[in-house]
Amino acid sequence: MKDRTVAVAAALAWFSMADLGSAQGFAGLGETVEDGFTQPVPNPEFSFPADHGAHPSYRIEWWYLTSNLTGSDGKDYGIQWTLFRSALAPTQTDDWSSPQIWMGHAGLTTPDQHFVSETLARDGVGQAGVTTEPFLAFIDDWEMRSTASQDADALSALTLTARGEDFSYALELQADGPLVFQGDRGYSIKSESGQASYYYSQPFYTVSGTLTLPDGDVEVTGSAWLDREWSSQPLEDDQTGWDWFSLHLDTDERVMGFRLRSATGNDFTAATWIAPGGLATALPNGAFQITPLTTTEVAGRGVPTAWRVQIPSRGLDIQTTALNPRSWMETLFPYWEGPIRLSGSHTGRGYLEMTGYE
Amino acid sequence: MSVFLTSLVALLSFWRRHPGQFLTLLGGLTLATALWSGVQAINAEARASYAEAASALGQDELDRLISPDGPFAEDIYIALRRAGWAVSPVLEGTITRDSGVIRVLGIDPITAPPAAQTIDLSATEDLRAFLSGRVYGAPELVATLSEGGFDAPLTASANLASNTLLMDIGLAQQVLDQRGLISHLLLWPSQHKGLPPIAEIAPMLDRVGPDTRSDVASLTNSFHLNLTAFGLLSFAVGLFIVHSAIGLAFEQRRTLFRTLRALGVSARVLVGLLVAETLLFALLAGVLGMIAGFFIAALLLPDVAATLQGLYGAAVDDTLTLRPSWWIGGLAIAILGAAAAAAQSLWRLWRLPILAPAQPRAWARASEAALRRQTALAFALIIAAVSVGFLGDGLLSGFAMLGFGLVGAALLLPVVLSALLRLGARFASGPVSEWFWADTRQQLPGLSLALMALLLALAANIGVSTMVGSFRLTFTGWLDQRLASEVYVTARSEAEAEALREWLEPRVDAILPIWNLEARLAGQPGEVYGVADHPTYRDNWPLLTAAPDVWDRVAAGTGVLINEQLSRREGLFPGDTIRLPRQWDAPIVGVYSDYGNPEPQAMVGLSAFQARYPETPRLRYALRIDPRLASGLMEELQTDFGLPADTMIDQASIKSISLQIFERTFTVTGALNVLTLSVAAIAILTSLLTLARMRLPQLAPLWALGLTRKRLAWFEVLRAALLGALTALAALPVGLLLAWALLAVINVDAFGWRLPMHVFPADWLVLGLLAILAALVAAAWPARWLSTRAPSDLLRIFANER
Repeated sequence: MKDRTVAVAAALAWFSMADLGSAQGFAGLGETVEDGFTQPVPNPEFSFPADHGAHPSYRIEWWYLTSNLTGSDGKDYGIQWTLFRSALAPTQTDDWSSPQIWMGHAGLTTPDQHFVSETLARDGVGQAGVTTEPFLAFIDDWEMRSTASQDADALSALTLTARGEDFSYALELQADGPLVFQGDRGYSIKSESGQASYYYSQPFYTVSGTLTLPDGDVEVTGSAWLDREWSSQPLEDDQTGWDWFSLHLDTDERVMGFRLRSATGNDFTAATWIAPGGLATALPNGAFQITPLTTTEVAGRGVPTAWRVQIPSRGLDIQTTALNPRSWMETLFPYWEGPIRLSGSHTGRGYLEMTGYE
Repeated sequence: MSVFLTSLVALLSFWRRHPGQFLTLLGGLTLATALWSGVQAINAEARASYAEAASALGQDELDRLISPDGPFAEDIYIALRRAGWAVSPVLEGTITRDSGVIRVLGIDPITAPPAAQTIDLSATEDLRAFLSGRVYGAPELVATLSEGGFDAPLTASANLASNTLLMDIGLAQQVLDQRGLISHLLLWPSQHKGLPPIAEIAPMLDRVGPDTRSDVASLTNSFHLNLTAFGLLSFAVGLFIVHSAIGLAFEQRRTLFRTLRALGVSARVLVGLLVAETLLFALLAGVLGMIAGFFIAALLLPDVAATLQGLYGAAVDDTLTLRPSWWIGGLAIAILGAAAAAAQSLWRLWRLPILAPAQPRAWARASEAALRRQTALAFALIIAAVSVGFLGDGLLSGFAMLGFGLVGAALLLPVVLSALLRLGARFASGPVSEWFWADTRQQLPGLSLALMALLLALAANIGVSTMVGSFRLTFTGWLDQRLASEVYVTARSEAEAEALREWLEPRVDAILPIWNLEARLAGQPGEVYGVADHPTYRDNWPLLTAAPDVWDRVAAGTGVLINEQLSRREGLFPGDTIRLPRQWDAPIVGVYSDYGNPEPQAMVGLSAFQARYPETPRLRYALRIDPRLASGLMEELQTDFGLPADTMIDQASIKSISLQIFERTFTVTGALNVLTLSVAAIAILTSLLTLARMRLPQLAPLWALGLTRKRLAWFEVLRAALLGALTALAALPVGLLLAWALLAVINVDAFGWRLPMHVFPADWLVLGLLAILAALVAAAWPARWLSTRAPSDLLRIFANER
């Protein structure tokens, strides 16, 4: 896997935007926007199922699913399934000339192992893509396929598969709540100067399925969270990375919160408090406070793997610890992504993603 | 130490007093090394180019999936990806531009395995540009194409073979007009576990291992073996010179050796010194030879490159790179050669009694017994040659046969000459004439090495020029048959082809489609052609063997034709069947000659071709038209129909291109031939120089008896001319046998075709005169030396002071 990643990285450094620590921002999201890409604007009106599909006129987009699982062996697990779309130009055709590139990331975390797989695809020839009726997001043999009934939202029931060199998983997901729109009705601001993306989630999945590990199959159950996001320039030039949390509280509430770190010390935060029924409340910049507690040396860099997370307005003051502090995604643009446990004012589980740590 | 040094100075001082001999020795060794290393440099360059081409997309490391039926639909690629297989598509093909045949490589940089990433696309902008149409090519190709003829942004890259363009697979599909097709899939070295077997998803694909040797390398192997054989021949001829120069120096330094030994220098030291001297010469000549060899190679390489491109479609850089292995190899062969040439002299010195009479004799004066041994060896070699010829199979045994035969013939030469001279002596009248014949025979042993060299050079010359001449005659006749149509035109797309047919209909006598499919024939990459039922083929096509009603059966689709290469390689003849794509076991009804094409080929009737391979692009056409109207038609095609000039070619141009390629093919052989012949001339010169000095004691009595120095000198010249002429005469049958072997054995193995032999007696006459001239030129210097000897020198012979 390693040699493959490194080699593809050589060919595709544009995607990795290798200099994560520079003022260019993470994953190229902070690059100067080429002319012609559509920019997100406030007060979006989503239309489903069309908006579950791709938006090729936007520069970047993803279908991002994380799941906290418990095995029949009593151990905790986590999986990640992500399909990225990146546009070289804001158009799409149905042949090789289509200027869109697809990238898939799959992760599987156990208390002492972390499996990663990555794959890339051209658009236009059928190796990867997203169809809306019926909903199917795929790259190679990885699939996120809707099993929802005609009248339900396409994302309310899914099957999910992915495979790496030494692992695979097949899961069934059933949502028992509505889609949740982040930020201002799905318009998610990323900086004080107004950089933004369209962003909605489905945080209400219950999950069951099978993980295939080198030692054998494990039956699992748990919860999952799907993010849909697209934009053309979500990051400011001085924003060097982010810390993103999705929390499933044992009170059946959910929390999404992120901090965009600024090279100038001017960090930006946003969060959404989600009631058990799906009612979402956006919290303003500064309401979501995080403090690193423990730093783990992983992949040659110090990454904070235990945090204190506070939302004083909601009485939340917790510590998060990683299921596996070495949940490092050794991909084209490497980052940390893994399941976490919560303790303190609230208990529960969740997922943490951290980018831009040098 | 001082003994060593003093002795060395004494030995080396000889060369200061004989600068001519010094130059001969150095020149001989330099020339031998130069020819050998030049050929090696060419071979090395070509092989490096093949390796580069083979590794262009990691074929030398990666497994591939190919279809025996040629290019396949990209849906199969997608099906494999969707099943989890890490594969990456490649589309490969050729296009023809004014500059020649260009290999087009289309890749998908997003899925390509690391080993296949020839071009560095790590910069965002480079990848973006590549995906949106940037094309990479070797610098020379880019320079040529930039002047026009290719409509895409071109970027030079030294990583690509010289005739190759690398582009995105999408663009390659357009350029090659193979939309939706790929020619093979590269397999990533590591694959995910638990995938369904490839055979279930894509049963039509075969998995093949890495190509460590490209097809081109094995095809061109024979060509390089040919060059190597020539290089070796030149080297051997060069060694004759070195041998005689060293032998001469040895004879002349006999007195010096005796003196040194008498002064207490041991045989061991003396031989050691001479070994050191030889080594010194070898190193000096080696370096000079390498430099000369480099220039020879640089001079010949463009022709070799053109030949390989024309004959095999193999791209070879025509600029030379200096490789360390080449330097070491060249110096080693110079040293080995010098050692071989000096061995005899050193051995004699080793066994020389301290106070041996330092009487210079005609060295290497062979006894009757020695001559008998040589004759026996010659016959043994000739018998070996004949048996290898009969029993052996393949190119190597072909060359072994040639080698044995040539050396055997050379060894036989002194015997034959001796017999001829004895015959000549019968017609002698008067004492001077009798002396002349007897003295010529007496000198034969001293000259025989040089004459053997001349024989080899002449025989090679006759053999090769007969082969080339026969080939040229056959080839031009064949071109006339094969290229019967007046104009050849290629449309750029199906739609254009359709319009083109309509446009042409009223304007030409016949439109003959030339549609072809790349496919594996008997396991080799080859082509299947569809041909129309038309008198153009019935009347002209060069069939070697044919079943009855051959053209009716081809037209009906119940029989196919194959080319001679395929027929010979696989032993297929009319009556056999050949497996064509789509599991078609087609009966063979004829074999046609197909010179200049290394690949197997089959021809099927057009209707059968269309029925079985309906998706093949129908782009190329041969047009029959009154030859006087051809150029007008081509103009109209450009102005009225709007086809670019590079999509069409007329009969005369294509013929001249073919002949040009043909001529260049043999430029190298011709050049090496001339060089070998001049080496032989130098060998004769050295031998005569050696003899002239040693023969003074034999000539002095004649002078004393009243023959003038001038007359004696003329005798020397006459003798050289006589020997040259006799050797040329002896070389003729050897050369013709060589030509036969080249045409009937080597060519068949190397290229896959057998050519009828034609003889060119006028050429022999020229060559015979050339041989005599070479001998005359070589004799002129020693003769002049003799005619200008002071009488006192001759008188001194009779004084007992030596």
